[in-house]
Amino acid sequence: MIAELGLAALWLAAALAVLQLVAGATAVAGKGKGLSGVVRPVAVVQGLFILLSFLVLIVLFARTDLSVKLVALSSHSAKPFIFKIAGAWGNHEGSMLLWVMVMGLAGAFVALFERRLPERTMLATLAGQAFVSLGFYAFLLASSNPFERLNPAAVEGNGLNPLLQDIGLAFHPPTLYLGYVGLSVAFSFAIGALVTREVGPAFAKAMRPWVLGAWIFLTIGITAGSYWAYYELGWGGWWFWDPVENASLMPWLAATALLHSASVLASRDALRTWTVMLGVVAFSMSMVGTFLVRSGILTSVHAFAVDPERGTFILVLLAIYIGGALTLFGLRATTVAEGKQFNTVSRESALVINNVLLSAILAIVLFGTLYPLVTEAFDTKVSVGPPYFNPVGAIFFFPMLLVLMVGPLLRWRTDSLGRVSKPLIFAGLAVLAAMIALLIKGGAGLLPFIGMALAAGLAIASVLPLRGRNLRRTPLATWGMVVAHLGVAVTLFGMGCETAYKVEKLEAVKVGESTQVGPWQVTLKAVSPVAGPNWTALEAAMGARYGDGPEYTITPQSRNFWTPPQQTAESALLTRWNGQLYAVIGGEADGGRWQLRLWWKPFVTLIWLGGLLIALGGTLALVGRVASDIRRGIARVKIAERKEGMA
Amino acid sequence: MNAVNAAGGGLKPKHQRLILVVVALAILIAAALLAIWGLRSQASYFYVPSEMVVSPPDPSQAVRLGGMVRQGSIVTEADGVTIAFVVGDGDATVPVRFKGIVPSLFVEGSGVVAEGKLAADGTFIADNLLAKHDENYVPRELQDMTEHQKDDLAAGVSDLQ
Repeated sequence: MIAELGLAALWLAAALAVLQLVAGATAVAGKGKGLSGVVRPVAVVQGLFILLSFLVLIVLFARTDLSVKLVALSSHSAKPFIFKIAGAWGNHEGSMLLWVMVMGLAGAFVALFERRLPERTMLATLAGQAFVSLGFYAFLLASSNPFERLNPAAVEGNGLNPLLQDIGLAFHPPTLYLGYVGLSVAFSFAIGALVTREVGPAFAKAMRPWVLGAWIFLTIGITAGSYWAYYELGWGGWWFWDPVENASLMPWLAATALLHSASVLASRDALRTWTVMLGVVAFSMSMVGTFLVRSGILTSVHAFAVDPERGTFILVLLAIYIGGALTLFGLRATTVAEGKQFNTVSRESALVINNVLLSAILAIVLFGTLYPLVTEAFDTKVSVGPPYFNPVGAIFFFPMLLVLMVGPLLRWRTDSLGRVSKPLIFAGLAVLAAMIALLIKGGAGLLPFIGMALAAGLAIASVLPLRGRNLRRTPLATWGMVVAHLGVAVTLFGMGCETAYKVEKLEAVKVGESTQVGPWQVTLKAVSPVAGPNWTALEAAMGARYGDGPEYTITPQSRNFWTPPQQTAESALLTRWNGQLYAVIGGEADGGRWQLRLWWKPFVTLIWLGGLLIALGGTLALVGRVASDIRRGIARVKIAERKEGMA
Repeated sequence: MNAVNAAGGGLKPKHQRLILVVVALAILIAAALLAIWGLRSQASYFYVPSEMVVSPPDPSQAVRLGGMVRQGSIVTEADGVTIAFVVGDGDATVPVRFKGIVPSLFVEGSGVVAEGKLAADGTFIADNLLAKHDENYVPRELQDMTEHQKDDLAAGVSDLQ
């Protein structure tokens, strides 16, 4: 009966979304005043029902209930418990249920905690959230029902794709979705503000923490996904410009731009329409990404079993929501009053340039991702990869880094470049020093060369806003900005260094033989069979020595899963402060030799460390903002009480 | 009040907004044009062997070659990590060299997509091979191929057996 409970909860949540939409819309239209009181509670209950539905699915997977079709198709009783749980979202239906659950919970949280928006805008926002949720409820119920029964029940399940049987599956999709779908709140806020025409600093201040929260999760999700693909696929790459990766990068770029423009709107009441536009674009990119990933319309190294038929449904939803939102934007944008003005040299200007350049990069990624679809319509099959994305993106990314060095030092409204040029000399010197060091070392290509030099400059420039400040009294939000920008520098340096100086060795060696990769000497000690709960493997024991240092043992495996039958390469990593040794064992070559693939990747770990720093910066800013909001709220209550006391 | 005027450079709010929109549009259009130029020159085209034989791509151009691995054509070279094989589509064949660890479902008679460049001597130098990942997932090009050309290919492949 439990599967039916999950399905019933899903239907109820969908029905509540209808109620939320109707009640919210009529209240906004000024009719049925009595209904306005139910919108918030309904949004909360809707969130609870969709949460219940999702928990039921997890229970079904935990028990391996083989009378449920989805469980039989993508799980197996012999799978380790953690992967049984995580397997609930390691398939299309479960993944979409997670999607709508995050959307429902985001709406519930807004209904519970958002108190700053004017009531009418709030109702329009919740109605908007319900409207978008409804489409995806319809999608789940009509074409992707996760609770469908199988009669008779299967004897054993088909098992989960072995590449997904990794701890990464437990963390990456939920964090990514919290960010991805969390942006729906920004979308609904934008719709709400457009409907009631209340676009101003109050709107930006209300929206900012939600966007920041989603953006933090998105950043962590992308970082975790990159590291997962890096060690799991066994190819040693950390970013392939694959459509599925781009699908997560595009909302991140839009959300990053949105965060910055929202801060201009909140502090200076400028960039009104632009901020609303970005709110629409950010979540639109999430939906485009969902379409690309879920329809399987593009070839991806991260793709799972997909059903192209479902793409049509999502495409229709996309057309309705994005088209509808843009139409509303077109109708209302001109009626939003202009914001405050600012000088050409000012913090606002820097943020505008940053925004436009981020949007340009977003356009480049979007075009590159969709291009294969366009050419396929003319019967030409192409794929687009690093030779396009890296140089074309860099044309806009590198200038953006320069603005990133200057912008945080500028004052709001008006400033002069002369005032900030003195501290920036340090950043300029860092760029020069890095260039000289890299030229002496040699061997770096143009893009990694510029990237590493700018990273050095940005590392210095990012902490410059702290100079002359009392560090204890510096607001947390400022610390957040400094840490996040420093994170960009750290990531960029890691990317440049790995690209320029990685060393690869591919060789067939006998047991007892050694090979050299970069500064490492690696000896193949033994190759022996090992067994896991649902796999057997050949495990190579290798001794690895860095220079004259001690010898470490690493054990890459070549695993054979039997449900479903598939071979995966489990790479072995050895992390030092200055990089990682990456080892993969291939097949047996003739003469008793084994294929080994080894990489030395200097400073590769900085890529993900920087990503975590960016997320940490966002967290500091969020904590700082929320704390000061709460303080202000308490102060307001106290003043009100005092007034009452006096009266 | 003077400060506000100075800040706006004496512009009316409407004018400043117009300037911002024009600048933003100019940069976005530049990005779009660059993207189109980049896509035309850098997209990697997909070839089947008969197309590659009739109109070979430029040796500097990264392309992808998809077809069936001929029975009995896989040869491992002395270094133990370089393999040579022949990819065919029933009408034509292209020799391929690949240095690396082959995907587990890469076997003779199976479909493969090779990423790389066509060398001047007519050998395709692959730096990556995509085979079927597992029973559920097949690269899209291979899927289309198996649907449209299966019978064709089966005839071509069995001729050589």
